[in-house]
Amino acid sequence: MSAMAAWSRVRAIAAKDLVAERRAKANVVAVTAFGALTLLVFGFAVGPDTATLRATAAGILWLAVLFSGVLVFHRSYQLELEGGALETLLLYPGERWEIFAGKLLANLCVILLVEVVVIPLSLVLYSVAVPDTWPALLSVVLFGTIGFVTLGTFYAAMASRSRSRDVLLPLLLFPMLVPVLLAASEGSAALLVGDPMGDAGTWLRLLVVFDVIFVLASLFVFEHIIEA
Amino acid sequence: MTARAFPQKITPAPHAFLLSSWHILGLIAPVALIAAQAFGVLLSPPDRDMGHLQKIMYVHVPAAWNAFIAFFIVFVASVRYLWTKDEHHDLLAAAAAEAGAVLTALTLMLGSIWGRPTWGVWWTWDARLTSTAVLLMIFASYHALRAFTEDPERRARWSAAVGIFGALNVPIVYMSVRWWRTIHQVQSSPSTVDPAYAWGLRLNAIAVLLLLIYFVAKRYEIARIERLVEVHRDEAALRSEVAHA
Repeated sequence: MSAMAAWSRVRAIAAKDLVAERRAKANVVAVTAFGALTLLVFGFAVGPDTATLRATAAGILWLAVLFSGVLVFHRSYQLELEGGALETLLLYPGERWEIFAGKLLANLCVILLVEVVVIPLSLVLYSVAVPDTWPALLSVVLFGTIGFVTLGTFYAAMASRSRSRDVLLPLLLFPMLVPVLLAASEGSAALLVGDPMGDAGTWLRLLVVFDVIFVLASLFVFEHIIEA
Repeated sequence: MTARAFPQKITPAPHAFLLSSWHILGLIAPVALIAAQAFGVLLSPPDRDMGHLQKIMYVHVPAAWNAFIAFFIVFVASVRYLWTKDEHHDLLAAAAAEAGAVLTALTLMLGSIWGRPTWGVWWTWDARLTSTAVLLMIFASYHALRAFTEDPERRARWSAAVGIFGALNVPIVYMSVRWWRTIHQVQSSPSTVDPAYAWGLRLNAIAVLLLLIYFVAKRYEIARIERLVEVHRDEAALRSEVAHA
């Protein structure tokens, strides 16, 4: 029973955040545009050689997702702080971890939405064909995104309340995301250009382990880092 | 009200054994390091391939090991802080993180100096190099967070979270980067080096460990004094406000 109650609270918080996002459409659109722009700019930096573009596509795609994501996470707490809504949110019955789970879910939806645009665009811009193994590619994208959004949502809870938050979030987040970035871009690259060594499965397992560890750790520790 | 267990006096404190031992350690640790270095450098023969360049190992490897010990202290002290909310654990974690970051930086720099003549490059995207650099970045951001957060109670809670997450990530970073690529030679330990070098390595590891304990203890004590000054200054400010009102 209490599990049902917890789930309904998690859902309510996620729905609240998503409604706020939907009403401010401009934000998701701007973040997506920024992701697309990142792809374009990296394309210029790498040069027009098709073979080089294809080889670097997966890594650049994940960098574009990372850079856009940083813009999303702040907002998740910024809205609460501006309206003084956090105090009320913390006063509601329920556990603190449910707030984190709700925000995690909402951020996951937003980032996946950004990826729906950015991933196909990267395939076009970097002239990569959709591989036959696309279901595996989707699972690499999903688990990579879960790990990324978990740590992003967690660290943004601190960074968005401190001085110089704009530099603090990537500073905290990016070193921690090295395993995700490596596993996601190596896994995607293996699936995009063919996977003769069967590496993709290993990278996928690493992503799943990372996700499990940090989702659990965040749920446990979150109550210590959030306060009115 | 938040329960703040911070004492208003300098004397009895947890980790007091650190405070009482540091005077003696401040003498023992440097002497031990000099002796161990002399032992390693003077008594071991030059390496067949690397010649005397191999002597870098006597600082590089002990520094790397002890950096891991320092980060383990950060992890344990951070968990204990969140558990007990006793500020002393936070100060100990911060002290260990600082010493650990210094040792990690030392490891990287010496590795680089060694790598230039041995591998022909200052830096290479090898597994152990890269994961050590990531480790350094994680703990650099730990200190950035501390510097940017003014409220001491919030600073303690936040940096405990970052310390725990960073330590949890160390094995994952290491695994992921190792799968990514490896050219670093198998790491040196007394079982992989020639017996002629093993004792030099062991002695230096112990000497650097003593130095680490001394640094952490000293830094911990300074942090405690800084916090006490902060507490007293706040109190004095409050008192003068009340007097003027």
